[in-house]
Amino acid sequence: MFDGLQSRLNDVFSKLTRRGSLSADDVNAALREVRVALLEADVALPVVKDFVEGVREKAVGQEVLRSVTPGQQVVKIVHDHLVEMLGGTPGAEEEAAREGRFGGAAADIDLNAPAPIPILMVGLQGSGKTTTTGKIAKRLSDKQRKKVLMASLDVRRPAAQHQLKVIGEQIGVATLPIVPGENPVAIAKRALSAARLEGYDVVLLDTAGRLAIDEELMAEVAAVRDAARPHETLLVADAMTGQDAVNVAQAFEERVGLTGIALTRVDGDARGGAALSMKTVTGKPIKLLGTGEKMDALEPFHPERVAGRILGMGDIVSLVEKAAETIEQDEAEAMAKRLEKGRFDLNDMYKQLQQLTKMGGLKSMMKMLPGLGGMQDRLKNAKVDDKVVKRQMAIISSMTRQERAHPEVIKASRRQRIAKGSGTSVPEVNKLLKQFAETQRMVKKVKKMGGMQGLMGGGGPGGGMEGLLPGGGQGGAMPGGLPPGFGGGMGGGGNRMMRRAGRRK
Amino acid sequence: MADTSGTAEKTGWLTRLKAALRRSSSKLGEGITGIFTKRKLDDAALEELEELLIASDLGVTTSAKLAANLAKTRFNKDVSPEEVRTALAADVTEMLEPVARPLAIDLAKRPHVVLVVGVNGVGKTTTIGKLAKQQAEAGRKVMLAAGDTFRAAAVEQLQIWGERTGVPVVAKQAGADAAGLAYEALERAKREGAELLLIDTAGRLHNRSELMAELQKIVRVLKKQDETAPHDVLLVLDATTGQNALQQVATFKELVAVTGLVVTKLDGSAKGGVLVALAEQHKLPVHAVGVGEGADDLRPFSAEAFARSLMGLEV
Repeated sequence: MFDGLQSRLNDVFSKLTRRGSLSADDVNAALREVRVALLEADVALPVVKDFVEGVREKAVGQEVLRSVTPGQQVVKIVHDHLVEMLGGTPGAEEEAAREGRFGGAAADIDLNAPAPIPILMVGLQGSGKTTTTGKIAKRLSDKQRKKVLMASLDVRRPAAQHQLKVIGEQIGVATLPIVPGENPVAIAKRALSAARLEGYDVVLLDTAGRLAIDEELMAEVAAVRDAARPHETLLVADAMTGQDAVNVAQAFEERVGLTGIALTRVDGDARGGAALSMKTVTGKPIKLLGTGEKMDALEPFHPERVAGRILGMGDIVSLVEKAAETIEQDEAEAMAKRLEKGRFDLNDMYKQLQQLTKMGGLKSMMKMLPGLGGMQDRLKNAKVDDKVVKRQMAIISSMTRQERAHPEVIKASRRQRIAKGSGTSVPEVNKLLKQFAETQRMVKKVKKMGGMQGLMGGGGPGGGMEGLLPGGGQGGAMPGGLPPGFGGGMGGGGNRMMRRAGRRK
Repeated sequence: MADTSGTAEKTGWLTRLKAALRRSSSKLGEGITGIFTKRKLDDAALEELEELLIASDLGVTTSAKLAANLAKTRFNKDVSPEEVRTALAADVTEMLEPVARPLAIDLAKRPHVVLVVGVNGVGKTTTIGKLAKQQAEAGRKVMLAAGDTFRAAAVEQLQIWGERTGVPVVAKQAGADAAGLAYEALERAKREGAELLLIDTAGRLHNRSELMAELQKIVRVLKKQDETAPHDVLLVLDATTGQNALQQVATFKELVAVTGLVVTKLDGSAKGGVLVALAEQHKLPVHAVGVGEGADDLRPFSAEAFARSLMGLEV
């Protein structure tokens, strides 16, 4: 979502980074751009003003004028300020990495209360409350082993209660039986007493969508709050929200009292200024991001990463964590062993392509890689398509076992058969084999250098990193159709990933 | 969209629209008063005005244009807040006038097919429910297709609207192919002589190419039965949305040939200012606005009423 802001700021800062020294005028010119960029990104006007003033104070001082690379200095000031505004501490993540702990996530759902813990979900119509309720329930029950009960208090929208029931069935989480005609306060009370009787850890209360200026409905949700005494009250808000985000957040904070914000549709291409605005006006942390339609598309909010993404610094930590989560440990270890011995065949390549699709495909991975901010437009034109990965997997699937283990036997007639079998063409098969050969060469080279383990600083929590390297680390191994220069960017990404992973130990 | 029958009803909805908009517009109106009380229209004042317009979601470009327009005739002159508001309202009305066109339903089509699209949570199903009620009450033979087979209980939601309005709903189980459903719905609508077929679709983010391809498939499939279908493709927009609305319109327009817009949730604190920027950039007709949860709260869009309310003037 932050891509738009990112490319805009990239323009601004590439002008700055080109200059040797920086005058107060330069800072002003840059800040004008920052201001417009933030406004176009839907950051609310008062928030923008504060932000720009804060940066100006720090930037026009000696710090910048005396520094060696003024452009970078401004980028750092803007970045740090952004991190602070988003609720983080600049450098905290780096520090956590150095000390070997996972850190940086600003805030999570607080479960430090006696069970059953009531969590109240509020927000405008259509902001994604019910879906987010389901996602949180799934996460609490799957990852944190909590016994969760969901109850829909939405008696207004047709079939809303039924929607939550269906979601509950999908994710295997209990929902409160629906009693037609019951009012929201009564439902909340019934949910809590049922939770107490049946030993639930957490009760998620999903409410009807309401406008912040609708007195009657705001009074209703306040009554629900008084009855349920929620431990967490989360405002669910759409990342696409415009300047109104300030009013909405303020109204819900005043009338209901919030403990945090869940931002939805972060996988869209909105610039996401609402995140900055709402955090700033309420002072309440953004706790969760909704990143897709699937029920597991819910991520913790990392201020530093998001700020880095805004400024084009990439979101490499998220990528590493995602990789570690997705790639099965055993498989990764087996592959690491093979790679260590310098072995790499088409079966391995197939596994890598599979992992790539599991991680959400090329596009979502590329968004997280650093240094690609300025290339977004070019990438769009290049039509990088996850279909390419699928086609390559189809090609490998059309090979015999022998061919996969010993690709050197694949000659002209076999290539024709494979192309036919996979519904592709001979040139496509050739391209894949060429990429494979390049990757294999790299694997052998790495072996000579002392193996993966040496490079990695010894195994690690990201057991999947080894598996990622040949695919992600070497430009040549990426599926075809990428613009020139992309390989280099990916290579850099791989290296940075490894440094991070190494530092984690 | 619905027939505006009788002046009594008309004033009723105008008052309602006005009341809804006034709550939201006071900030812009007050802001203008704040800037221009006993002050010349100088550079500083213009900049403040521009910011104020941006803060109403009008966007950077449109705001600059409006401010520049004002400066053309009045720069360095004493201006009253009232004068500024009136001038701006006139400019905005002029921008919006060409797009304020109600949905024209051609009864001869049998059925006139309307495909309703949009990102998640903008109010597609609710808009269809309201439209169906108004059209059915106007005596038209309406049929609904529950094409949102993805979201849990979306089919049930539309079916409830069908029961309320006595309109038949073509539905399949959740997870069914939406294009297949649309095809069957059109078949049935033809067979039963429906005059209007409203097809609901699942919400989708416009940057998800695979989901957009699914939508294109629905259009393709409809064309197999009727070259001219869908006769209207309505994009539903949420008034709370900021500048991303421009992106939404651009993408949906490019991929599924959107013919008109419906803007919902205009009764909130959001000003719907992005409408002005949209009119400037895309020139798509705005067929209706949603100003409340009741079926009668879907209303034709009036450029002047909207512009004057936006600027905090009496409608």
